[in-house]
Order: sequence, then C-alpha cells, then structure tokens
Amino acid sequence: MPDSLITDLGKNEVVDLAGNPVEQFLRSDRMPHIWCPGCGIGTTVNSFARALIESKIDLQSLALVSGIGCTGRVAGYVKLDSFHTTHGRAIPFATGLKLANPKLNVVVYSGDGDLSAIGGNHLIHAARRNIDLKVICVNNLLYAMTGGQTAPTTPGHATTSTNPYGTFEPSFNLPHLVEAAGAVYVARWTTFHVRQLARSISEAFKKKGFSFIEVISPCPTLYQRRNKMGDGLDAMKFYKEKSKVKNGAPTSEVGLTLTGEIAVGKFVDRDRPDYLDLMKTQYTESLGAKYVEQPPVEPEMVCDCS
Amino acid sequence: MKTQKADPRGVLTGVHFMDGDHACCEGALAAGSRFASGYPITPSTEVVERFAARVPMVGGTFIQMEDELAASITLQGAVWGGAKAFTVTSGPGFSLMMEHIGYAAMTETPCVFVDVQRGGPSTGLPTLPAQADMQQARWGSHGDYEIIALCPNSPQECFDLTIKAFNLAEEFRVPVMFMMDECVGHMTEKVVIPPADQIDVVPRRHTRKSVDDYLPYGTNGDQVPEMAHAGEGYKFHITGLTHDERGYPNMTPPMQDKLVRRLQSKILDAADRIAMFEEEQLEGADVVVVSYGITSRVAQRAIEAARKKGMRVGKLRLITAWPFPDKKIREIAAKVKAFVVPELNLGQMVREVERAAAGKAKTFAVSHAGGGVHNPENILKVIVEASRCQTA
Repeated sequence: MPDSLITDLGKNEVVDLAGNPVEQFLRSDRMPHIWCPGCGIGTTVNSFARALIESKIDLQSLALVSGIGCTGRVAGYVKLDSFHTTHGRAIPFATGLKLANPKLNVVVYSGDGDLSAIGGNHLIHAARRNIDLKVICVNNLLYAMTGGQTAPTTPGHATTSTNPYGTFEPSFNLPHLVEAAGAVYVARWTTFHVRQLARSISEAFKKKGFSFIEVISPCPTLYQRRNKMGDGLDAMKFYKEKSKVKNGAPTSEVGLTLTGEIAVGKFVDRDRPDYLDLMKTQYTESLGAKYVEQPPVEPEMVCDCS
Repeated sequence: MKTQKADPRGVLTGVHFMDGDHACCEGALAAGSRFASGYPITPSTEVVERFAARVPMVGGTFIQMEDELAASITLQGAVWGGAKAFTVTSGPGFSLMMEHIGYAAMTETPCVFVDVQRGGPSTGLPTLPAQADMQQARWGSHGDYEIIALCPNSPQECFDLTIKAFNLAEEFRVPVMFMMDECVGHMTEKVVIPPADQIDVVPRRHTRKSVDDYLPYGTNGDQVPEMAHAGEGYKFHITGLTHDERGYPNMTPPMQDKLVRRLQSKILDAADRIAMFEEEQLEGADVVVVSYGITSRVAQRAIEAARKKGMRVGKLRLITAWPFPDKKIREIAAKVKAFVVPELNLGQMVREVERAAAGKAKTFAVSHAGGGVHNPENILKVIVEASRCQTA
C-alpha cells in the first residue's frame, strides 16, 4: 500500500506503516477468507475499514448485518457485532436491530442477488420508510456463491450458467430503484475506486436515513471467465476505461450494460426525516405527554447459568 | 431459573372482559416485550393492533413489515438489540415464517411466534378455526431442531401462557410457538390480570463475562449459552451456518453433530419440566380423552356425558404440545384401555399419542377438517366405542 494513500485518508491519524492499518477491523483468526483470487469483495472491505478510520466512528456502536452469498460472508470477517442472517433478509433484521437500539449504527453489507432479488421487497420498503441503515451492495452482476446464475442485475447478453445463450431479461438499475423508493444517499463506485468508495462510506455514516452504496465488483471465476473478460486485473483495466464520474447524474441514466459506460459517483444526497424521527413526531402529536419515547431502562440482567 | 417481577408499566392490572387475541397482547406486555413486528392476517391481527395502540405509552416499538418473511426476522434483530420481541400470524403467514423459526433455533434467539390457527391448506378458511398447524409448528423449518409450543384454551390462558411463552423462550433460548386457534382468539371472557409484583418474568441470560472471556456459544456445563447484545463491546458473530463456540462457521460433520444434538437435548432433557397439562379423573379411567385448545372445551361436554352414562373417562388436556409429553402418555397408557384424541385436523397430535402409547393402549382419532368445532356427540360416540374395545 503506497504511503500516499494512507496519509490521504486522515490527516490526524497515526498509522503504523509496519502493520496493516485495516487489520484491527478484521477477525484475523478467520483468515484465509473464502473469496477467489481477483474477487473484488475483499477490496470493498478494505475501503470499508478505511472509512472506519476516516470517519472515526465508534466501533462499539457499529453493527454489521449480511445476508447470504459471497458478500454475505463479510459479516464473518469483520471484528464488529456482526450478523450473518438468512438469504435476502439482512435489511429486515437490521431494521429490528436499529429500532430496538437506536444508538447503534447499523450497516447492511450484502450482494446484489441477496439485496435486490430475494430481498428486493425489503430493499424498497426500507428505503421508503427511510430507516437509518447504511447499505453497501457489492454488485458482481450475478449469483456467485451458487455458481454464476443470472441475477436481476446481470446485464443483457451476458452469459451465465442459467442463461448459457446470453441473458435477455432486462436488469435492475439499482441507484434508480432505491432513489425512487426514497433513499437519501445513493452512490456507485467500482472496486477500482477504492478511495472514492471509502469516502462515500464515510459520508454515508454522517447521513441520517437510508443510504445505498453500490460497488461494481468483479467475479473472475464466473462472470469474467464466462464472458471472456479476463481476470481480476483485466476487470480493473475495464473499470478504469469504462467508468465515468457523474456526480449528481439522474439515476434513470446510470443503468449498466455488458460493455458500455459505468457511471460512478454520488447520485443522490438529500435529507428527509428518518423512520424514528417520523415515529416520534407522530406519537408526540397524537399522544402528547402519554407518549413514552425511550424503551424503559433494562432491568438488571441476571444470569444463573455460570 | 431466577425470575424478576414484571415491569408495572406494561401490566394492565384488573379484571377485564377481553378476547384471546387482546389477552395475548397483554401477556406479551406483562412479560416485558416491548417490540413486535407483524403483517396483517386474519384471525390474528387484533393482537398487534392492540400492541400498536398500547406500546407507545409503555416505551417500545411496533412495526408493520412488508411481509411475514420480514416480520419474522425483524423481531430477531430486535432481540439481539436487547428487546424481548414477538410476531403474530396465522397459517399462510406461519408458512412464510418457517425459515426464520429455523434461524431462531439455530442462532438460539429467544422469541415468541404466535399462530392463531385457521383452516388450511393455503388460504383455506381465513375466519374459521382449525388446529392443523400443530405438526408444522414442530417440523416446519428444515433440519433437526426442537421448539416449545403451548396451546391456550381460553382468553385467560392467552394472557397467562403468553407470559410463560416468553419465559420459556428466555430460559432455553429457543423460539416458542404460541398455538392459539380462531375460537380462542376471538372468544371474549373474563381475564384477570394480576398486579405486576405477582407476575414472574425470566430475564435474558445475559453474560457477565468480560469481553475477552465471552464465547457466544460456550455452554459451561449448562446446555444453554449466555447472550450478549449488539453495542456492548463484545464484537460477537452470529450465523445460521453450523458454528463453533465462538459463533464462527465450522461446517464439519463433528461440529454439526455437536451443535444440532445440543439444540435438541437442551429442550428434550428438560421436557418433563416444560410439560404442562391439566388432568382429571385419570385414576381408574378406562378411556382418556387427550385434547388441547378450543377442542378441549368441546370435549369436556362429551366427557361429562360419557361419565353420566357410567363410563370411566379421564381427561388430559395438553398445555404444552411440544416437546410432546411422552412420559405422561406412556404412564397413562399402561393403565387404560384407550385414548380418544379429538382435534380440528385430520390427525396430527393423535400420531404423537399413538407413538408414545407404543401399543400399550389403543388410540382413537376424532378428526375434523376445521371451520367449526366438533359436535360433542361425535366425540361421545368415539368414547363409547373406545370403552368397548379390547385392551391392547
């Protein structure tokens, strides 16, 4: 890692250049991880960890929730309160966690299939409610864990194991979808944009409400190979060549194609009251002094099991 | 298990005229539940409607989710955030919740699933009763696991046993199925809610260990591990994958064997302690009627009519359906000629009675496809038939 990148991230941080600055956020006892050579998920975790450094967020109050799939394994590798839930249900689990303890900062870290197919209903409803969640969606354009099947995000004409003659069903434009549903912060980067991604994650930590960051990430084993797009390094070259920073671009115009431009940048940054604010306002208006806002103080926890 | 007194803010002390759905909600509040996630479905919705009206005034949250898939895991997020939580549904929704009943069993998340049973399969009879989800409650999710299931037969029990359901969930770190039926849910009767200082609640098995010493699934001789909540500094990991004591995935046959057998034995080893039933005139009985929920009240009339005819009929009402009280049935089977099992399904718990009786007594089902309750005459006929049978 070049020194310049580390110093760029935080002017006041003390960095031990002899060690890896992100190691403190990882469960080293779980390494090696399961991801393939050239996979982009580890790169996104690196950017996430750098965002933790940059934002100086309180790690004790930070919880990370994943669904199922390759990206779903992120929860197992971060040294945080972390929950590896069921397929598609990271967002509703995270919703319960946040509402039961509003002091928590809750990150949902999962893949495109998990979040937009089996979990698609929860994605749009959480955005509609504006639940204060930071969603990091690693989009490798197919189902990787199960062997490279078509996902709602797979671009037209791509070859997958379930569309061996090329996909033909239209794909989701995720930034457009979540903006329409109500997200307050929407950005997209690729795994080539490690610094920009870290900065976006830091920004999202400062937002209150439903934030969504899409990260286009290579799957050399299943997507790159089947579509003759080379290995992980070729993916970086492809992302570098095809990406165009378009901050503030209308999300209706940022859909992805197999070989076309990849619009990246921050597309949406707006404010509206989040679910808990709306709830508090409504109850206060309707119930006045009868409204008890905070959950009662926990009674002393007693355990006779030790 | 150590208990605490209920938080008086959630306890609506007094004598009420209340239906079973509302009484269930009051039981949840009295038990200390301050979180519910739900999705509307007849005939269960009144439980969460009341919760939605009551909880803002006692400090807590109700959220109506987009479907039962969401509702059944949102509550588990809330549990790991520190709340006591539950969800409420009926057959079609219960089917959708099965995956997360498995997740709660695997992750040992204490929580309560209320199922106000209606006729099925599929959309079936939305407004009419059945007891046909009893085996689904036990076996509905994939894999081997154990749950606890309770069956109230009155609004009063909907209150009392909901508290018990939460207490068992906390004691054993297991999802508890609260198996109501449409009749019990919509029946209005007297419900006495005692003062908070007369209600015992089981607190969370929260660890007192230091961050360095804590193992999320360390069992320390007890089969039930201690819990921590998010935000307390433990930085623990929870997964639905087969996991070791640290909560880390460990997908090996030995770990699978160790984990799944513990999930089973923590409940089965305590089955006698968990088992609750109401019994009447079992001594000297020739025939014992085994029933639960609304059917137990219909069967009562048939039992009394049979006694008037001079038959020696005992009654065993199951309050705990799962784990099934094998031992009790076995003991009775050694002394009686036959069991008669009326239920609002085509034969679910009767299979358990027959299995536990192991041929020592005959078993007679009185089935009913749902949509109403039995005619007591039909139960009486089978009691008469059973009393005439030759000893097995």
